[in-house]
This record gives sequence, structure tokens and C-alpha cells, in this order.
Amino acid sequence: MKGTGHRMHPLQSLGWVTLVSLLVLALAVAWDNWGDLIGPQTDMRQTTVEPTDDQIEQGRYLALAGNCMACHTTRGGAPFAGGRRIDTPFGGVYSSNLTPDPTTGLGRWNAQDFWQAMHRGRSNNGRLLAPAFPYNHTSVITRADSDAIFAWLNTLTPVHQPQPNHALTWPVGTQPALAVWRSLFFTPSPFSPDPARSAEWNRGAYLVQGLGHCAACHSPRNAFGASGAVNDLSGGLMPVVNWYAPDLTRDAESGMASTPLPEIVRLLRTGASATAQTSGPMGEVVQHSLQHLQGSDLHAMAVYLQSRAQGTPQPAPAPAQAIRISPQVSTQGAKVYERQCAQCHGEQGQGQQTRSGEVAYPSLAGNRAVLLQDPTNLVQLVLYGGYGPATQGHPRPFGMPPAVLALDDRDIAAVLTHLRTQWGHQAGEVTPLQVNRIRAVQGR
Amino acid sequence: MRTFPSTPKSALPKSPDPRDPPANARLRRPPDWFIQGLFWAISATCAGPLNAQTTPRFADDMAERTRACTACHGEQGRAGPDGYYPRLAGKPAGYLHNQLRNFAQGRRHYDLMARLVDPLSDGYLGEMAQHFANLKLPYPAPTANNAIAPERLDKGRQWVTQGDAARGLPACTQCHGVRLTGVQPNVPGLLGLPLDYLNAQLGAWQTGQRRAHAPDCMAEIVQRMPAQDLIAVSSWLARQPLPADPRPAERRPAGPELPQSLRCGSAPELSAAGAAQAEGRP
Repeated sequence: MKGTGHRMHPLQSLGWVTLVSLLVLALAVAWDNWGDLIGPQTDMRQTTVEPTDDQIEQGRYLALAGNCMACHTTRGGAPFAGGRRIDTPFGGVYSSNLTPDPTTGLGRWNAQDFWQAMHRGRSNNGRLLAPAFPYNHTSVITRADSDAIFAWLNTLTPVHQPQPNHALTWPVGTQPALAVWRSLFFTPSPFSPDPARSAEWNRGAYLVQGLGHCAACHSPRNAFGASGAVNDLSGGLMPVVNWYAPDLTRDAESGMASTPLPEIVRLLRTGASATAQTSGPMGEVVQHSLQHLQGSDLHAMAVYLQSRAQGTPQPAPAPAQAIRISPQVSTQGAKVYERQCAQCHGEQGQGQQTRSGEVAYPSLAGNRAVLLQDPTNLVQLVLYGGYGPATQGHPRPFGMPPAVLALDDRDIAAVLTHLRTQWGHQAGEVTPLQVNRIRAVQGR
Repeated sequence: MRTFPSTPKSALPKSPDPRDPPANARLRRPPDWFIQGLFWAISATCAGPLNAQTTPRFADDMAERTRACTACHGEQGRAGPDGYYPRLAGKPAGYLHNQLRNFAQGRRHYDLMARLVDPLSDGYLGEMAQHFANLKLPYPAPTANNAIAPERLDKGRQWVTQGDAARGLPACTQCHGVRLTGVQPNVPGLLGLPLDYLNAQLGAWQTGQRRAHAPDCMAEIVQRMPAQDLIAVSSWLARQPLPADPRPAERRPAGPELPQSLRCGSAPELSAAGAAQAEGRP
């Protein structure tokens, strides 16, 4: 203290500047997140009118399009009563109860509260919601659609089921941390139609960017867990569950540019087309959401997705270069393939069709899923096998035996390397470490 | 989050392969060209005829559609090579269907099973259950030889055939059939199951790890039984050969219905109220 007199030490003034800046930043973040609560709200709307049957039916349909139930229902639990744990890299988040129970659900909410949640990701008391709820996507939808969903949710039987507290690493789930995160990564993005495009294209875009929340998986997530923009379809590795959602704009990954529209619609509606099968999280989306949508909406989504892929410059295929695989690995891979895979997928990876032309076992030769740079999905499929979704349009799928108990990491790596280097394929080697990483996480 | 607890490493269903080199051959590796040459030579001489014998042609049927099941539960669902993957063949269809629903809805816990059944519709699960229910396969002779005193074993027999009137618990035979081969359509047989599997299931009922549709009669019964008698019951059951007719009985044995306190959500026909309700439904 002595000797400083009335003049500030340079370090001290720096401290003040920092403090004031932080305060200003904090105020800016607070204004950014809650500012609209001060003063008259521009999007306040009177909704005292009784919802019509049409509106309620529309809400039911839109909730299917949003696949709301998938997260807001526990295994075997009451539909839409929440409580399901969604694991994130930052810990577990529990979904909320959407039934009209007055104390644990939305019973005391009005349509305006619901709109605040959908559009701004904020609860009825102003509390910021964890972005595991993809409110960047729900902010796309119209007020009328939000009201319809709310009207339908209100017709559900109230279920008294409190939402468990999130189990997030401190300080991730705290309100200040969420406020900062939202200032960095969230702005409500209401849909603005492109007048140069058809009504169908715009309907598809609205569904893909809004309730469909496709980019929640099909775009890369950054270190803070934020996915890309609502129209970013460039593919991404889904954290925790460990599936790679392919780049929908790149034909080599998803075939969206070159697949005929009716086949894209068929894939979305039934889970399987002549050239593609859905599995893992996409299978769930088909099962719980897409198969229930109207043909016109699926066609609109297909039109939009195809136009996005066709409007994206496709990179030229990488120049052919021989991949060196050790003889042990290739011998082992061939041996495992012969013993475990060839019976169904064929000696030449040609697959198997039923007499009616339905794909029973997909061909592996030339299969986009086999050639993806990221082998995560292949490892998942071989480890856990299983079925694609059984849908109205594809009710009796064939399945694949899990290999998790029968094959070790080296066997699986070798056979996947075999698939990726046979039949003219030049995809990279899969290492036992890559297999082990996924086995270890899933077996946790 | 995902666990596979009931499968010890030693229980892996990995079939020995005649083409595998003996363990000591791995220690000093011959040159690669030798291994490769040997592999191709053996493949050329053995694999062709072997495949011709063991590879059935593709058939568009339920056997083909349930390969994901038989990989662990054995060919035609005859049970896996260890005690953990029970037989499916010949069990009542309603029982099998209910188990698939239990895995899908979280009343039974095995992540690998949940992953398999999750994408499937209830109708398709029912079709799979019916497929295995229709398979008639011979049963293996009982193999249980755990050390247990004769009087304990007799205690087990008592529970199975008489129950415990003092505790208000019925005999196993009252619901599972006089021959203990189960009752159509919802009650499983108790014979021809490995001791390990019986122990695991009774233990799981006791701790609430395994559940059925509420009201859960089996949970109620097992939780009222003294723990030390569970092993007596499983040991006795696992020593009994199958009767000449191993099929599930068509209807439950004549005799008293289950008391109201022991109603079964997964087999409502077993209790008076449930039976009336089941018949009242169109």
C-alpha cells in the first residue's frame, strides 16, 4: 500500500479494466439470454381459443416428425413422461416430462411458455434449458406448429413423474455456463423460405432443419458440444453413442445426389432401399418417426436433401494408391470373412436377395458404408450385429449375429480391413485399437 | 451404461476350429509365405467340401431371419454351449414373446438382447417367438452334479411338488404343469435348463433384476422363499430328465386357482379373475 499514493499502480488499473470488461461481458450475456423478458414481448400471442381437433391432430403428427418421444420416454416408461438419460461428453442429461401433469409436467404451462421453450430454449420460469434438447432446431418451426404440438401434448394423460437432476460435470449445467454457451452458439433461427425454390423444396427444408433436426447428428460437433448450423449436413461422429452420421451432401458417403428420389423416399419410409439400409440411431429415427410421416413430406425432404447434395461440389475420388496390409492381417481377414461372413454376404461380397428382389443381406462390394473413411459404423455393426428397423413397409428384416462374444479385436479389425481392401476397394486399414475403443465404450 | 455382466470370458461361444494352429505354434512363427501357403492349401482341400456340407442354401424363412438369435442360443434355439443362453425351441410362444417384450421394455436386462429387439415391431417379435415355439428338438440328459446334501435336494423336490402352505406359496407344478414342461400359452417349462441358468434366473427374480408384467407373481413367490431353498429347487430341477412327452401342457392342471395376491400379469389365465377377464376379451 505504501508508496502508491493516489495514483494507481499499472497492474491495479489493469485489474480494474479486466473487472469492468468482465462485468460488461456478463451483462451482455445476461441481456442476450434474458433481455426479451424485460419490456413487452413481441411474440406474445393470445391463445385462449380452444384448440380444434385438426390442430390437435396436426400436433400429434408434428411430434412424430420431431421424434420427441425418443428422448422424452424411458425404456418401457409412460410415453412423453420424460426421465430418460441422454449421455453427453459432459455427463448425463435427463429429459423432461411433457405430459400435462401440473407439478412435474407441462400442466401449468401455456402456449406462450411452450413457444419460449421451442423458440428460445427457455423454461416457463426463464431457466435456460440444456442444449441436449436441440432447440436450435425447434427454433426453426412456426408459432402455429408450436401451438399445435402443445395443444396435442395437453390431450395426453398426465403422468406424475419428476425429472431427475442432470448429472453434468460442474460447471457445465449451471445457468451462467449455459448462458455463455448460448451466447456463443445459439441464436433462434426461424425458417425463412427461399422464394427461388418450389414450395415442396421449402417444405423439405423446413422439416429437415426444424423438427427433423437432422443436423443434430449429421453435422460435426465442436469441443463445446455444439453442432453445426441447422442446415449443416456435412456429417459428424456422434459422441458417446459412437456412430458416424454420414455427410448428406457428399454422394460418396450417402448417395443423396445419385440415388433416384423414390429410392430415397423408400429408405426414409421403410429403413431399407435397393442400395442402402439404415441401422443404429438412423434406424431408430425411421422406426419412431419417419415411417409415420406422410408420403408428401418424405418426398419433400428427399427433394431438399437431393438438391443440397447436387448443389455441393463433389470432390474427385482420391488417386488410386496401393494400401499395404501385412500378410498376417490379410490372411486372418480372409479367414474370418470365409468363416463368419461369406455364408450370408457371399464369397464375392455380392450379398443376398430374396426371390421377390428384397435385400436380405446387403452386398459389401461397392457398399458406401464399407468405404466410409471413418470405420466406426462398421465396427458397431460387426460387434453388435442386429436388425434394421421393422417398419410397415419392411416388416420382417433379416438380421446379423453379434460378434462381440465370438471375435476378438484383432479378428474384427482384420476382417474389416479385408472388406475395405477387396473387390477393388481402397479404403483404409482398420486397427484393433479402433475396434477396442468402441468395444470399451459400449461395454462400459 | 452398456454392460454384459453375465457372460464371463470363459463362456465365449467360440467354436474350436480345426484350421487354427495349435497354441504352441504361435510361439515360433514360421515365415509368412509358409502360413499363407499352408492356409490356402488347407482351404483348397477342406473348405470346399466342408462348406458344401454345412452351408444351407439361403431360404426366405424364419430360420434365416433368426440367425442373430441362434448365433448365441444355438442352432434352432437348442441352447448355447454354456449355461447362459437358454434353449428357445419348444417353449410356449406367449412366454417367449413376453420375454422379448421384457427386454424391450426394461423388465429384463441384457444389453445385447435389448439392442437386438429394439428395432423390431411387436408383431415381428411375436412371429419370432412362434417360430421357436414350433421347433421340436430332443432334450439333452440332465447334467447337474453340484454338491448338495440329499435332504436339501428333497427340500427342493418338496417346494416343486407341494409348495409351502404355511407361507401361502403354491407348488411349482400348480402353474408350470404336473410334468413341469410348462403350460400353453404363457408358462415356461422348468426342465432341461442348465443349473447355472436356473440359479441366475432365481437370483435375478429375488433381487428384482428380472421382472415380468405387473402384477409379478414370480417375483412375489421367489422373494417370499428362503434364499437357501432357491438353490435346493434349482438343483432338484436341473437333475430331472424330461418326461416322455416334453411338450407344454395345453391347459393348467386342475386344482385351486392362484390366490388374488399372486396374480400374474404375464399369464392372467392362471388366476380366477384373470381367467374371466381373458375370456371376456374378444
